[in-house]
Amino acid sequence: MYESPIRRPLITGKTSYAQITDDIATAVEAKPTKWWYIGFIVSLAGLGLWLLTVTYLLVTGVGVWGLNKTVDWGWDITNFVWWVGIGHAGTLISAILLLFRQKWRTAVNRSAEAMTIFAVICAGTYPLLHAGRPWVIYWVFPLPNTYGSLWANFNSPLLWDVFAISTYFTVSLVFWYVGLIPDLATIRDRAEGVRKKIYGLLAFGWNGSAKAWQRFESVSLILAGLATPLVLSVHTIVSMDFATSVIPGWHTTIFPPYFVAGAVFSGFAMVLTLLIIMRKVMRLEAYITLNHIDVMNKIILVTGSIVGSAYITEFFIAWYSAVPFERYAFVNRAFGPYWWAYWAMMTCNVITPQLFWSQKLRRNITAVFIISIFVNIGMWFERFVIIVTSLHRDYLPSSWAMYSPTWVEIGMFVGSLGLFFTLFFLFAKFLPVIAIAEVKSIVKTSAEEHIKKTAEKEGIDIKEVNPQIA
Amino acid sequence: MGHHHEVAVHEEKFVVPARLRNITFGLMGIGLVAIVVGLMTDSHRFWANFLLNNWYFLGVALMGTLFLATQSVSNAGWSAGFKRIPEAMATYLPYAFAGFAIIILSVLMHWNHTYHWTHEGIADPTSPDFDEIIAEKVAYLNLPFMIGRVVVIFTLWYLFSRVMRRNSLAEDLQGGFKMLKRNKTISAIFLPVFAVSWAMACWDFIMSIDTHWYSTIFWVYHFAAAWVTAISIIALTVIYLRRAGYLSIVSEHHMHDLGKFMFAFSIFWTYIWLSQFLLIFYANIPEESIYYQERFEHFKLLFWINLVINFVVPFLLFMTRGSKRNESMMILVGVLLIIGKWIDLYIGIMPGTVGSHAHIGFVEIGMFLGFLGLFTFVFTRSLTKASLVPTKHPYIKEFVTHEVL
Repeated sequence: MYESPIRRPLITGKTSYAQITDDIATAVEAKPTKWWYIGFIVSLAGLGLWLLTVTYLLVTGVGVWGLNKTVDWGWDITNFVWWVGIGHAGTLISAILLLFRQKWRTAVNRSAEAMTIFAVICAGTYPLLHAGRPWVIYWVFPLPNTYGSLWANFNSPLLWDVFAISTYFTVSLVFWYVGLIPDLATIRDRAEGVRKKIYGLLAFGWNGSAKAWQRFESVSLILAGLATPLVLSVHTIVSMDFATSVIPGWHTTIFPPYFVAGAVFSGFAMVLTLLIIMRKVMRLEAYITLNHIDVMNKIILVTGSIVGSAYITEFFIAWYSAVPFERYAFVNRAFGPYWWAYWAMMTCNVITPQLFWSQKLRRNITAVFIISIFVNIGMWFERFVIIVTSLHRDYLPSSWAMYSPTWVEIGMFVGSLGLFFTLFFLFAKFLPVIAIAEVKSIVKTSAEEHIKKTAEKEGIDIKEVNPQIA
Repeated sequence: MGHHHEVAVHEEKFVVPARLRNITFGLMGIGLVAIVVGLMTDSHRFWANFLLNNWYFLGVALMGTLFLATQSVSNAGWSAGFKRIPEAMATYLPYAFAGFAIIILSVLMHWNHTYHWTHEGIADPTSPDFDEIIAEKVAYLNLPFMIGRVVVIFTLWYLFSRVMRRNSLAEDLQGGFKMLKRNKTISAIFLPVFAVSWAMACWDFIMSIDTHWYSTIFWVYHFAAAWVTAISIIALTVIYLRRAGYLSIVSEHHMHDLGKFMFAFSIFWTYIWLSQFLLIFYANIPEESIYYQERFEHFKLLFWINLVINFVVPFLLFMTRGSKRNESMMILVGVLLIIGKWIDLYIGIMPGTVGSHAHIGFVEIGMFLGFLGLFTFVFTRSLTKASLVPTKHPYIKEFVTHEVL
């Protein structure tokens, strides 16, 4: 397929198919680097903290959290929503961008999908533990039982969540794994001994025949079609956990699309945080190029602006509604005792992404890294603001209360980061972090060398039309 | 696939066939009769329909510009070859502005009660017409501020659409990449401008009809509706032009992509519809649920038809790959969506203006046909003003070789 030479390259430097395999497979085959060990041990420490706090929680009960009878959702649900949100970029990249035939997807989809799966695992721990008795968590499913009238409440958005998130997790996992199969086979073919056996087993006997590829392509497309509505549905349902209520600040109709935009926003921020480190440590700069980072920053700019306009719309409509409770809820958010959380959210989510109007900043690695962290923080505060400020001053002023987390909640949050990074480090070591086969498919359209050749053939001065190519 | 590279791209000059021109005149004639009948029988009904159709085609015209802007910022090649169609759609904007000038004039002259908040004494505690809820909103809902906003908004829309069109035509003459870049910058600026201005236009012209009622998703909902309508009109126009012997560079691959847009965004519209409906239904706060109560009570049949036409039918018909590449199917779905979005707007506007006795009769159909005639007349006339194929568009070669495999 023809591509205009004014499009920016997605693979830089000299490229050959063999080179691509080598560059990516070597990371799986070689001994882990010093940095990997350091990172992994720190993550393991975090995981240890998580196990410790969770054990303490299970032994003593949910009372060890800082919740009270006015603020009955706090860090638990904040962290749940934050993690679910982060788990949105991966499947958006692999599914929606596949449908849109965005070629830059190929270099980032694998790790973004892995991140998605790990983030959803972290998210899942919160409702599991918040429910109080995780050993009977299967009661959330509508299973036939002998407990009389005990049956799942289909009217509850919390139940919809159970279905939405478990479906999303399943499809994302399958999608990710199916994509891995050809690459696992590549690793298998290069490996020996036990490694060959293990990767061979994981590769499901992939033989690289035309038929296998044809099925691979059609199953990818079907999964993309299934995953696309799922990406939207998960955070839609999460938003309904709040928006179906009559709590001022929660009950607002823009919540579903705005939560989805916010989720994509935070997901891309986390992808950038991880990829910026990964491309450096694993020397993948030729595949995860500045152009990839530039494009992802544009998505952050767009989704950040959608989130910003939703904030403004909410504030305006709260005033416009002339409902005193609505008006108070929003004024209290901005100027009440939790003002610092509100302004942290506004600064990180509304102002910082606007910096990405500048192409210079979009392509400045340090700036992007810092801004991506800001967005991660801002999106955490968004959930905190929505949950805590709406609850702490309810309709009855005599029950107004403040909330602050205990060491258990803080430990569980920091610990969940440990869980997340432990999984990610294992992934980065044992699986190919870039989709080898997919990157190869864009060499003849998007590699720097190819673009130069096309320009030459058409008599176009490449320096003038595509300054990204040196 | 080197053999593709040699497809020739020629300028194509569209000439409006006499038959099409006569049809547009005929439609406008029917519209005029409907206007006269409406004014003579029930002027509120006339004004409600006037607002409905003006808003409908304002949205279509503006979405032309928005379509170009989205394609421009995303470096899209697949739509480059038929970009003259959305450009021509946007040239209807001044006519829609004129329509809204008439509506604002009618409000100033108290010719109708479309906007409850414009009543004398509505915010005056000593007046018998005092409404304490509306009184809370007058800082925003007052005529001088509203007219000021509208003037600024319309000016911005006009300028952006004009400049983008001008640059696009200049590209045809000079070639090169300068205009592509320039339009990309302008498009990027247009997107946030559009979001804010469109939200306000939706509140001012439509949401304020049911003055007490409010919904944060309202402007997203109207965006989704107008966007689907515009995509459908683009698709139908492409089919028409191809059948008339133009745009031979458009292949079934492009039609497939247009079909995917229609499919995806009719689902998106439904998603937004459900977000608004479900949350209001579920929470059941009287101030909010009254909106659907009125519509469900008095417009029950249309309420369901709306969902069937705008969601169920396109969803089922466009599910398969083949159907999106089938012209007859696309005509069917396109026409249904165009009618469906009119019905959607009808349910939105009528309960707050005409009231529970509103029904679809000659005035409604006739006025829609009249506006459709005017829109088609302006739109097709603009199509004749430039080559249908932007021969020097930097992505035209990508467009010609575009394949959806």
